[in-house]
Parts: sequence; structure tokens; C-alpha cells
Amino acid sequence: MASILLRRLAQLLLVLVGVSVLAFLIVHLVPGDAAQIQLGATDASPAKLAMVRHEMGLDRPLPVQYAIWLGRVLHGNFGVSLDTGRPVLAEIADRAPVTVELTLAGLLLAIVLAVPAGCAMAALRGSTADIVVRLVSVIGLTMPSFWLGTMLLYGASATLPSLAVVGWVPFSQDPLANLSRLVLPTIALALPVLAALARILRAALIEALNQDYVRTARAKGLPPWLVLARHALANALIPFMTAAGILAGYLFGGSVVVEQVFALPGLGRLMVGAIEARDYPLVQAAILLATAIFVVVNFLVDMLVMAADPRASAA
Amino acid sequence: MSRRNPLLAIGIVLVVGQALGALALPLLPYRPDAQNILARFASPSLAHWMGTDQFGRDILARVLAGERVLFTVSFLSVAGALATGGSVGVAAAWIGGAFDTVAMRLMDVLFAFPIILLAIGIIAIMGPGTTGTALAIAVVYTPIFARVLRAPALVLRETDYVAASRAIGASPWRLLTRHVVPNLAPVILVQTSLSLSTAILVEASLSFLGLGTQPPGASLGRMLSDARSLLAFSPWPAVFSGLAILLAALGCNRVGDGLQDRLDPRLRAR
Repeated sequence: MASILLRRLAQLLLVLVGVSVLAFLIVHLVPGDAAQIQLGATDASPAKLAMVRHEMGLDRPLPVQYAIWLGRVLHGNFGVSLDTGRPVLAEIADRAPVTVELTLAGLLLAIVLAVPAGCAMAALRGSTADIVVRLVSVIGLTMPSFWLGTMLLYGASATLPSLAVVGWVPFSQDPLANLSRLVLPTIALALPVLAALARILRAALIEALNQDYVRTARAKGLPPWLVLARHALANALIPFMTAAGILAGYLFGGSVVVEQVFALPGLGRLMVGAIEARDYPLVQAAILLATAIFVVVNFLVDMLVMAADPRASAA
Repeated sequence: MSRRNPLLAIGIVLVVGQALGALALPLLPYRPDAQNILARFASPSLAHWMGTDQFGRDILARVLAGERVLFTVSFLSVAGALATGGSVGVAAAWIGGAFDTVAMRLMDVLFAFPIILLAIGIIAIMGPGTTGTALAIAVVYTPIFARVLRAPALVLRETDYVAASRAIGASPWRLLTRHVVPNLAPVILVQTSLSLSTAILVEASLSFLGLGTQPPGASLGRMLSDARSLLAFSPWPAVFSGLAILLAALGCNRVGDGLQDRLDPRLRAR
């Protein structure tokens, strides 16, 4: 167990280093170098360009530049936004709460609804309704969240014109207004994940229901719902948990798009704005931070699964 | 379990129907960019099956033009990812050793990024547009193909008929074309269809964010994005552009899932 933990930790570290190298390279692969970007559209004389390059350390070998950059990043210094001149970390900290709240709300809604939906789908297996339910779940799976969001927005404005559904109110300022504005974006964001999780749970449940321990539980006369809840569900939740961890990253990506639909001031709109403004340090930091968090979350989910299921540590 | 699979049939109908529709675009009486300001914001009718937009342009023609771009970009990117990722995965399995370790750890790093974030990072480098989007999607799906094809290639390498083929002196090319590719074909077909389904959604998302195909090029994501501010006048451009994206992704997903059921007997019981 301990050796597996160490091996996984080493893998995690390796992936994080790789992610940081790619994030570092974003600014270096952009046409024109960082000094030109820093100086912007102003006509920079070659002498001035050379001076800025030297100041920024761009005349040093790339690995040295990476080491210096990584050292700064590890101290929380992600550089300065080229657009606003503020520290990148401050810009991200301003916007992150919106994205985090939306992502967590979406994950929560998807998990809470996917468990009963997956159980119902497993119970319906083989019936005529099964085909209909599966088709509905696939439609949910391939539903573009930005289209669903747009349609929800249209439906809400047509039926309840007085309802404020666009924009953002911080939770600390007015919890009720915050939550009411969160409803539609959360539904739009959660539906594809809900469908994916329900399908995974259905498959895992069906597999569990074919196992010997379920036959034993049935044979000793447990009612079907108890067999499902106590024996099948407990085992089916393990692949479900792994999938939920992976889908958390998908939810974050979905949030980037849903924020655009509902005009929410989150990380997604910050990043899209940063690309349009060619604010590369901001794009770089947002991608690095979000990916690092996503990788660590998945690592923790894997550890949880290992703790819950001794068989998983053998894999 | 009957061999007839209604869900696979739905997928084939959707994909073939949309492909034919996109090809039939020149047969329509309207050009995608032909304006008729007197007929603007029309609801669906016999003359305009999907209605018209704020410039009186035929929505059906615009949706079909958008589907051409959507399918082309998604297909080329996934094919690129299959070529690169598939080669990496098969080579890693075949060569093994340090090459396997390094290549697959590299794929792990790419796989670690949430899809949209990695795509945005690549578009930040390439600049918004069709090329940037296509390249971004190709890179995002490369590690998926590498992982999915490495495992069966590993099994294949150890089979007796591959060993026998080697023993009689078959060239690596012959091994590849006669044994490896045919045996991996089911996995390739299934994974390509499923990846195509999500790649369509990624392309549409990036276009929706304004990072994909730029005007005057046709793009369903951008069409939906533009239609949002005009919902009060007419919901139809938003309804049909989004519906087209959904049906494109749904069709490819059904084909992939149906093929998996058909080609993998172990899954058929489900």
C-alpha cells in the first residue's frame, strides 16, 4: 500500500512538472517573443527590445528561464497582467469564486440526481422503456451546454420576465440572489455530466447485479430494493466515484462556456478575454492553476477509491 | 438480445442524413449569405424550412454550411489525432522499454489537461481561427488514441500468429498492414466515432466562445452565439443552430456505441 502510494505520488509529481513545462512554453511559442508582447504595439527600437529581453532574462538558455519562472510560480508570483498591470494571481483570485461555485454546484446536482437515475435505469434494463431511457440519456450526454443554457434563458425570459437570471451577485452580498442566479447555469452545466454519471452507474450496477454475492443476497430473501441499495450500489459506487473525479475537469471546461451564456464574471470569461487581449501571462497562469488543481483532485479521488476498494490498489 | 440495435440505426440515419444534407447545400434555392431584408426574422415555413435570420438569410442554408465546417474540422482533427496518437500508442507497445515509458508519460501530461483548457492554450499560441481550432482538437485527442490503442497492441505483440509471422521473416510493414491494423480496426472505428462526437462539441464550444472559425466563414457555434442577442425577435436561428450541433454529436455517439456493442461480444449482453 505504502509503495503504491509513493509510486502514485511520483507519477503525480511527474505529471505536474510536465504540465508546468507546457504552460511555460505557451508564452514562448507565441509568434514574437515575450519582450515584444510586453512592449506591445508601440514601435520598439531594436536597442530597447534587446534591453527588455535582457531584463526579462530572455537572452538566457530556455531551461534556465524555466527554472527561474518555476521558482517564481512556486512563490505565488505568476507575473503581471499585460492588460491591466495587476498581478495575474489577483485577477484570477477575483474571478475564481464564481467558477468554483458553479462547478461545485454542477457536480453536486449531477451526483445527487445521477444516483436515483442510474438505479432506475438499471432496474428498467431489458424493458421497452429501457430503449427510450437510454436514448434520453444519450441526448443529455451530447447536449451542448451552451445551447441548453441559451434555451433555458429564452424560456425563463418568455415565461417569467421579472426573474433576474443573468449576471452575478456574490454569495456574501445576497445569498438568495446568488443562488437564484445560479439555478439555470447549474442545470445547463450539470445535464451532460448527470447523463454520463447515470450511464456509468447503470453499467456498473448491471455488472454488480450479475455477481455471486447478489445472488446470495437474493437467495437469503432480501427484498430487491435492499439488494440493490446494500449490495449492488455499494460496489457500483466505486467506478462512479472515479468517473465523478474525471468529470470534475469536464465541468470546469463546461463552466468556461456556460459563464459566457449567462454573463457570469468567472475564470472562463477572464481567459477568453485574455486571449482576445493577447494577455499571455494571464492565460498561462489560469491554465496552469486550473490543471494543477484538477490533477490533484483526481489523485485524491484515486486515493479515496483505493481506500474504499482494496482491489483497486492491485491495479 | 436481438441483433437489431435501434440506437445504432438512429445513429446511422442521423450521420448519413446530415452528411447528405450538407452535400445538398448547392441544391437549395438560397445561398447561405444571400440577404433578403424584407423577409427577415421569418418563422419556419414552406419557403424557408427553418425560417430566416436578422438579415433575411435562410437559416437552413446557413446551418448546412455550418455543418460542413463542423464536420470537416472535427473529422480532420480526429483523423490527425488517430494518426499521431495511434502511432505513438502502437509504437510504445511494440518497441517497449524506455521508449514506451517516455512516450506514455508524455501522453499522461497531455491527458492531464481538461479538454477545453488545453484547447484554449493552443489557440492562445496559434491565434483564433479554423487552423488553431483544428490543431487544438487534434492535440487534445492524441493521448486518448495513444492510450486506447497501446493496450490491444501489447496483447497483439504477444500472439502466436504475430510471432509466427516474424519467424518466417515478414517485414515490419507487412506485420503492420496485415496483422496490427486489421486487428485494431474495431477499436479504431469505435474510438474514432466516439471521439468525433465529443470533438464536435469541443469545436462548437470554441466557436461559440469566438475562438473558432472567424466570419465570414460559416460556423454553428458562432451562429448560436450571434443569435443570442436577437432571441427577443426570433428564437429560430438559436434553436436550429444548437439543434444541428446536438444531432451531429448524437449521431456520431450512437454510431460509436452501436459499433462497440456489435464488435465487442462481451458487451452485447448489456
